Amino acid sequence: MKNRTLSSRYKRAGALMALPSMAVISLFIIIPIIYSLYMSLHDWNIMYNIKDFIGFDNYKEVFSDDRFWNALKNTVIYTVAYVPILVIASLLLAAFINEKFIGSGFFKSLFFIPAITSMAIIAIIFRFLLDGDIGYVSIMLRRMGFNVPDFLRDPSTAMGAVVLTSAWRWIGFYMVIFLSGFNSIPDSLYEAAEIDGAGKLRQFFSISIPLLMPTISFALITNLINSFQVFDPVYVMTKGGPMFSTEVLVYYVYYMGFNVFDMGYASSMAFILFVIILLFTLLQLKGFTKSETEGEYA
Amino acid sequence: MIRRNKLSMPANIILLVCFAVVGIIFMLPLLWMLFSSLKTEAAIMGAPGVFFPDDYTLENFHILLTQIPFFRFLVNSFIFAGGVTLSSLLLDSLAGYAFAKLKFKGSSVCFLIVLISMMIPFQITMIPLYLFMNKMHVINTFAGLILPRLTNAFGIYFMRQSFLSVPNDLIDAGRIDGLSEFGIFFRIIIPVVVSSLSTLAVFHFMYNWNDFLWPMLMTSSQNMQTLPVGLALFQGEHTMQHGPMFAGAVLSILPILIIFLCAQKTFIKGIALSGIKG
Repeated sequence: MKNRTLSSRYKRAGALMALPSMAVISLFIIIPIIYSLYMSLHDWNIMYNIKDFIGFDNYKEVFSDDRFWNALKNTVIYTVAYVPILVIASLLLAAFINEKFIGSGFFKSLFFIPAITSMAIIAIIFRFLLDGDIGYVSIMLRRMGFNVPDFLRDPSTAMGAVVLTSAWRWIGFYMVIFLSGFNSIPDSLYEAAEIDGAGKLRQFFSISIPLLMPTISFALITNLINSFQVFDPVYVMTKGGPMFSTEVLVYYVYYMGFNVFDMGYASSMAFILFVIILLFTLLQLKGFTKSETEGEYA
Repeated sequence: MIRRNKLSMPANIILLVCFAVVGIIFMLPLLWMLFSSLKTEAAIMGAPGVFFPDDYTLENFHILLTQIPFFRFLVNSFIFAGGVTLSSLLLDSLAGYAFAKLKFKGSSVCFLIVLISMMIPFQITMIPLYLFMNKMHVINTFAGLILPRLTNAFGIYFMRQSFLSVPNDLIDAGRIDGLSEFGIFFRIIIPVVVSSLSTLAVFHFMYNWNDFLWPMLMTSSQNMQTLPVGLALFQGEHTMQHGPMFAGAVLSILPILIIFLCAQKTFIKGIALSGIKG
């Protein structure tokens, strides 16, 4: 009898402890996501005070909107360029740093520095750095004889500039993630390979890569998801231009929602984006539950 | 565990030289920003191919501090990131503890909701969230900035994992001593998970300090903007002068850089969490 009252006391304390967090999460995440579906079924403009139910008309309109398809295309281009560059470059850096040469600790910290800074601030710096008139990179490349365009004002190069800016910000970060992956590989494997006469390159492809596969797939999927949410560098560096060449999905959602105030239309695009990201997340979830049972993540 | 340096001396030197070159190229943007912030506007515009300033000047910093409410941005960033961090540490760990050790009726459903909300990107909910904040008349206030971030689903999940490894004997000992459940939590359990808490603190602080989209949506006047928002919007509207922008970038990176150099380990751990969270 006494035991039961005690355990109900513990339960009450537990419920009380979880209550504030559950309230915040329900109020600011769960209800808004449901509400965004509700909004997407309306012609909803806060500028003109319109709120009419129109069913799936927004979605129909989105699917015949060239600008939406362009934004989706740009998001895919960004992702396809950004994810491999980031993962391969940070993996290579980690592989070399992991050799623990003299000064490797210093370089580890050095490459990590961009990861502590704000993407918006980085984007400001790169916007100047790549400027056709005063940008050091453009000027140096021209001095070396390359006939470079004004990167951010040329539709064919602007997206590349945004991709490189993001990659620069995150390389050191994923290098650290990969280094912790390298750390979990037992030295004995490399020693055995050395005795068998395997060179460094062979060791990298036959030992490191296979054993790093969980970390690599984690980095791939996380960045796939993150790429579809890219906004900051686009907003600061190009505002979606020139000629819509860098307008990505989140930027278009932002533009329709907060510049045109067509919030129903913006919500329907946000919801489509949600479905896309949900599919990627399910991929991640597979790895997540697997690592949960193994007691380790990343 | 420490792997000894097995490289030969020449290999060491080759790697060191290669990394020195790569490192300098990699750091070029930040170095260029630093030296440009010390140049005159005439030098920035007139001789952009010269890396080091001919004569060093603090003029840009002076312009920055007089033309932009830079200190206001700095204070706003501190209140926003600091407020979120404090409240989130408390609420995250309370909920995480409940999910780990004090399972109540419906706790598994609640935890599932936490896991689901971890997967919902902010960009998807920003429009309804903005309308909601607008209705509550908290746009352009610290309350509006901080409210949705009072707690964090990922933080709850992370703290739950830490609490799972705390032995139940500790809790039982506290109960025998007659402590309340909250007493046990604050006096016995919290001291055990301090290192997890400090990792999470760095994560929350940095995430919000560097955040852009939410504080941009939430603020409508310069005196409420955070550092990244204030500087980014200022450079969008006033493109004439570059020097003060360089100075602003330098001053906004400097405080975090100094803290980073002092507490690298906690920092790298805390920020590595954001890779999991995304």
